[in-house]
Amino acid sequence: MKLKIISFGMVICTTMLADDWRQFRGPEGNGVSRETGLPVLVNGTNSIVWRAHLPGEGLSSPIIVGDRLFITSSSGLKQQRLHVICFDARSGSKLWERQLWATGRTMCHKKTSVAAPTPACDGKHVVAIFSSNDIACFDLDGNLIWFRGLGRDYPNASNSLGMSSSLVIAEGVVVAQVESESDAFTVGLDLYTGTNRWKLERHKSANWTSPITFSLAGKELVVLQSPKEVTAVEPATGRLIWNYTNGASSTPSSTLNGDKLYVPSQGLTALDLSSGAESPGQLWRSNQLKPGTPSPTVLGAKIFSLNDGGVLTCGDTATGERLWQIRLKGPFSASPVVAGNHVYCVSEKGVVQVINPSKPEGEVIGELDLGETILSTPAIANGAIYFRSDARLWKISSAPATSPVGL
Amino acid sequence: MISKFIVLLLLLVGSISSSWTAFADENLTSIEVIRAIGPEGIGNAKASAAWKQLAAGDSSTLVTLLNGMDGANDYAVNWLRAAVETIAARELKTGKALPLPELGKFLLETSHNPRARRLAYELVAQVDAATAEQLLTGMLTDPSLEIRRDAVQKLIDQGNQALGRSNRLGAALLFQQALNSARDVQQIEVIAKKLNELERPVDLQKHFGFLAEWKIIGPFDNSGNTGFEKAFPPEQKINLSAEHDGKTGQVRWQSYVTNHKYGMVDLNQAYGKLKEVVAYAATDFYSDRAQSVEVRLGGKNSWKVWLNGKLLFERDEYHTSAEIDQYPMPAQLVPGRNALLVKVCQNELVKEWTEEWEFQLRVTDALGTPIVAAKP
Repeated sequence: MKLKIISFGMVICTTMLADDWRQFRGPEGNGVSRETGLPVLVNGTNSIVWRAHLPGEGLSSPIIVGDRLFITSSSGLKQQRLHVICFDARSGSKLWERQLWATGRTMCHKKTSVAAPTPACDGKHVVAIFSSNDIACFDLDGNLIWFRGLGRDYPNASNSLGMSSSLVIAEGVVVAQVESESDAFTVGLDLYTGTNRWKLERHKSANWTSPITFSLAGKELVVLQSPKEVTAVEPATGRLIWNYTNGASSTPSSTLNGDKLYVPSQGLTALDLSSGAESPGQLWRSNQLKPGTPSPTVLGAKIFSLNDGGVLTCGDTATGERLWQIRLKGPFSASPVVAGNHVYCVSEKGVVQVINPSKPEGEVIGELDLGETILSTPAIANGAIYFRSDARLWKISSAPATSPVGL
Repeated sequence: MISKFIVLLLLLVGSISSSWTAFADENLTSIEVIRAIGPEGIGNAKASAAWKQLAAGDSSTLVTLLNGMDGANDYAVNWLRAAVETIAARELKTGKALPLPELGKFLLETSHNPRARRLAYELVAQVDAATAEQLLTGMLTDPSLEIRRDAVQKLIDQGNQALGRSNRLGAALLFQQALNSARDVQQIEVIAKKLNELERPVDLQKHFGFLAEWKIIGPFDNSGNTGFEKAFPPEQKINLSAEHDGKTGQVRWQSYVTNHKYGMVDLNQAYGKLKEVVAYAATDFYSDRAQSVEVRLGGKNSWKVWLNGKLLFERDEYHTSAEIDQYPMPAQLVPGRNALLVKVCQNELVKEWTEEWEFQLRVTDALGTPIVAAKP
């Protein structure tokens, strides 16, 4: 009996870990959550559990680790004040906030913000990056572990439109893609000290895509996308494993589904990573599935591309065949996310739309107008979905509080 | 019995005192470890342990940490900031007081690191918001840009209130005072707009101190964007009477004076809308003394800037975005003549948003106050 209790506890623990949303676009960096039972927003406002105020501005996504939610903002003179904030995901109350002064350039296009990239967490370390290429690592209680100013270390590492590549953590290494016209590199930082484990010189061009991690035959790799190529490297050493040289978009990021990688390249291109070859094989290519700013996402055998104007296109992951298209209320910057059997899209005008993709032509089955500009990709964890605008953070769940906090 | 008690008391006091001294010494050592942090994370590992020791302190250590920011580099300032915030948040959460008199004293000593003073100001504001607000009135010339910005904003708000009462004269005076103190570019533009509406136009080119009179030469060849790296003759020697081989023939120096509101030196105006070209602009800036300044450039093209033959900075990026003071470059002026040379490249793109071939430049102090050139 005692053994059974311990065993049950371990299962619970594993489930909780799986439900975390520790980086941009979730556990696998593809916008997919294994959560079920999220609200479909047929009666939207009743689903809001809490709403919290955020300082300044930002379009980074929240990340959730256990009951803690972490998010970044920027504020003040030239957005030089960088915020890392921790909320209690259950109540929406702020647990701690740390501020830093940017050491790199903070200039960016008015549509974006210095708090554009999303932080990452390994369960113990929260690592936040900003458009100024300042990176700070905290423990879950807000104690500083290390700080780096990559914009100060490498003074041409900046883009006058702003930068947005989010971080990933793999094998004790924080991978940061810092790529612009004037300087371009990807750096692997030691998770525990922040010092350079490796630094790769990259092709000099503007790049806003984010790296993703994946495991192949027990070996963890990091995929780096850029306008020139898509590259897989070893996180511990930065050693090149394979290279896809047909170029790719500088805005939407690739999407992983098992051992298939869907790359925004000449429309959308499916690559087969299963062989571990030096250059992954191409499965199909489709112009009809070309994404706009949002990155694609997947659900079972279906892939979803959203263009900036608001057309959501569903394709067959095996063939690239377009299955259906549906026009949503756009425009869109945030990437769609998936939970249960639904696709969640939030427009720049703050209208959340829930799509049931199992219908022959897809169907919008729920909608919630949050009433504020939203450019940030939502996060899903603990049975809830989280949205952020510049100044606000929402938790939405099927089991809302009877008296939502902060409304 | 009494003497035994006194001895014990003295021993206790001595023990506490030596413990405190040891703790204080340990703090100073930890601060030095953090101040030793360098580029590329050098010193991070040791600093992480030192930070833990500092962050475990109580509110009595706050001013010591703020003092530690004086002369520290930007990395170390952020580490120390995080320690101050951690301690202050913990103390306030547990109902303990922050040392307001000491923080206030530190804040009012303007020789301290401006960012450390700003942090002290924010701690004071957390405890006593009304006093912090009142202090701003006397901080219009503060060396902290953030504090000064808040003080100026207070004047702007008062000017707007005066306008709301139809007191145009009062508003104009308040906006003028705000303009005199403002160093934040956005605030200056807001104030200038208000003053213009009150029929008191502001000469922004003069106010910002943009350099308006230049000698320019070009176009040189930038085919395939190779011109950025290529050192054309002006980079070897500035000879204003010389002719050089340009992209399409001989080129020579000519005078150029900008009357653009924001001091933009528009090379398209001088040479036509050319593509894949390079031009140089030179001017002399006279200083009455040796002084540390910032040369601040804004523009959308690839560029290089030299002061007295020394490269200050270079940037190879085209047609993203531009703003005033986009690239502040620390520099050292010598007494008398200082030769400034700017290289501006134009690439091959032909869309309308890639047409600009221009830059603006001014010389300021670290706060953004324009340095007025001395007479030659």
